[in-house]
Amino acid sequence: MKGYILRRLLSLIPVLFVVAVVVFLLMHITPGDPAAVILGPEASPDEIAELRENLGLNRPVTEQFVSWFGGVLQGDLGNSIFMKQPVLQAFFEHLGPTLSLAIMAQILAIVVAIPLGILAAKFRGSFLDQTFMGISLLGISIPSFLLGLFLILLVGVELKWLPVAGYKPLNDGLWNHIKYLILPAIALGSMQAALIARMTRSSMLDVLNANYIKTARSKGVKESFIVIKHTLRNAFIPILTIIGHTFGTLVAGAAVVETVFNIPGIGQLIINSVERRDFAVIQGSVLLIAVSYVLINLVIDLLYGVIDPRVRLGRK
Amino acid sequence: MSDLLLEVKNLKVHFDTENGRVTAVDDVSFSVKQGETVGVVGESGCGKSVTAESILRLLDEKHTNYEGNIFFQEKDILRFRYSELQKLRGNDISMIFQDPMSSLNPVYTVGNQIVEALLLHQNLTKKEAEEKAVDMLRLTGIPLPEKRVNEYPHELSGGMRQRVMIAMALSCKPKLLIADEPTTALDVTIQSQILDLIKDLKDEFNMGTIMITHDLGVVAEVCTKVVVMYLGQVIEEASVESIFSSPLHPYTQGLLKSIPHIEGPRDEKLYVIEGKVPTLNQIPAGCRFAPRCEFATDLCRTEKPQLDSYENDRKVRCWHFKEIQEKGGVMNGNRNESDKVRS
Repeated sequence: MKGYILRRLLSLIPVLFVVAVVVFLLMHITPGDPAAVILGPEASPDEIAELRENLGLNRPVTEQFVSWFGGVLQGDLGNSIFMKQPVLQAFFEHLGPTLSLAIMAQILAIVVAIPLGILAAKFRGSFLDQTFMGISLLGISIPSFLLGLFLILLVGVELKWLPVAGYKPLNDGLWNHIKYLILPAIALGSMQAALIARMTRSSMLDVLNANYIKTARSKGVKESFIVIKHTLRNAFIPILTIIGHTFGTLVAGAAVVETVFNIPGIGQLIINSVERRDFAVIQGSVLLIAVSYVLINLVIDLLYGVIDPRVRLGRK
Repeated sequence: MSDLLLEVKNLKVHFDTENGRVTAVDDVSFSVKQGETVGVVGESGCGKSVTAESILRLLDEKHTNYEGNIFFQEKDILRFRYSELQKLRGNDISMIFQDPMSSLNPVYTVGNQIVEALLLHQNLTKKEAEEKAVDMLRLTGIPLPEKRVNEYPHELSGGMRQRVMIAMALSCKPKLLIADEPTTALDVTIQSQILDLIKDLKDEFNMGTIMITHDLGVVAEVCTKVVVMYLGQVIEEASVESIFSSPLHPYTQGLLKSIPHIEGPRDEKLYVIEGKVPTLNQIPAGCRFAPRCEFATDLCRTEKPQLDSYENDRKVRCWHFKEIQEKGGVMNGNRNESDKVRS
């Protein structure tokens, strides 16, 4: 078990390397001179050249990469050109809102989607099933920014139930914190919810036809127990896979929703940094998101073993 | 109360499919007494499993319609409410399935699954149920039951899993055991062990047993009475002795003829019942076996034969069984000629 986790963590290094190379190259292929952007349109060519020299932008690309990636391996992601602070610090300052939002969206998605998926599977072909699946199709199809804007208009502006936009940290009280996150979480989580509901339904349908479900019925097990105890646990591995994947995209893909709701998260950090051509921040943030993606999937893989004894590791 | 345990009376099972209604079981009647083992024999698709699952009403009832009656101790299971059905299943009537590999839930230990049945039907504490589960495993001949009880199905072999299924099915001392091809998925050596086990436990618990199978060897070994099914109908019913010594229906005769013999010349051709079983939406108008029967006449092709009683305890669904018997049964009829021509 420990060996397995260690191996998985070591496999992070090649992943990081590839991500680093891609991000680095992407940044250097994109037109736009960070020095020019930082100094503004009225800067003289001499000033720009001087700043380029200071930032090390005149060195060969390979040399820049080696010195940057060398730092990364030692845990130093460099300094933001624009914000004059270490990238790591800037990232973690913006991580809180994104993580809160992603967790909230995920919880909402799971709480809504799994029961709906179960009911749809149990009453397959019924009006209920068709309604749920219709709604889930809608959930997959509606872009999150559009749903976000609708929610702002309806719940925020018309009904005035919840704040329109903004963010309050957890220090301002739990309810205050949650209040600002509900609408963005719905906008962000609706697609995940739709995916999870569909996966739950199809996975449950597979298992409900299994022979051991017939065995359980023949023992006299109650139908509700058959669904919860015998079916759901067996159906959970594909559901868990979807949850893991979507959680990764929630963290990484919150940028649009953060912009709509004006939440100072990672998404905004990256978008602002792109506008400012703040290389170090973009590279560092993308790298850290890749790391979190790999780690989330590791946790999911370990959870498989908790659910299904057949994939348990370190057992004979 | 008589010793009559189960009486299936004119059972019809219809499935509503996308292509219309299909009748998988058509007018099936038979009975099981206490301590008796009834074999239900027939080839794939003849409705034997559907009949078995109807007894516990395990079929998807959204698309299934039942007609007739299934009396268990004089109460009609087909009229049971859902709560009554739950009390019946696993308690009064238990079932063992064909494929032990997929019949146990992979994510729970075998002990957990046996305990579940015990806690449902018997007034036991969790600890007592766990002890009982170990006892049941020991009874079915599983070595080291204290250890096995905490193992998962994938850690056991096929034969072991079938023993676990049997332990689970018998844990609440049912009055009737339905075994749906319990040995089909197992090795030959394991097959006979499992059959012996079922036979021994049947005597010990004095249960009625329904043995669904397509294997006449199994019938000969464990059954006292045989019901032969063809295309959703019972075509012959008799004691094991009579079935093997003097089968009446040409289909039964054909089935028996097609068993290879260990002794005798090896170059002898194995008997084959010509033709294919028709599908359920192309059921012949008269006798269902007529298209494949070498004795079929115009009467057979147009008129449905009834299941008639013969001698004391025999029943047969054939217009001409007496004449066929006089002729000496299949193989002595026309088929023999055509065989010679071909070879």
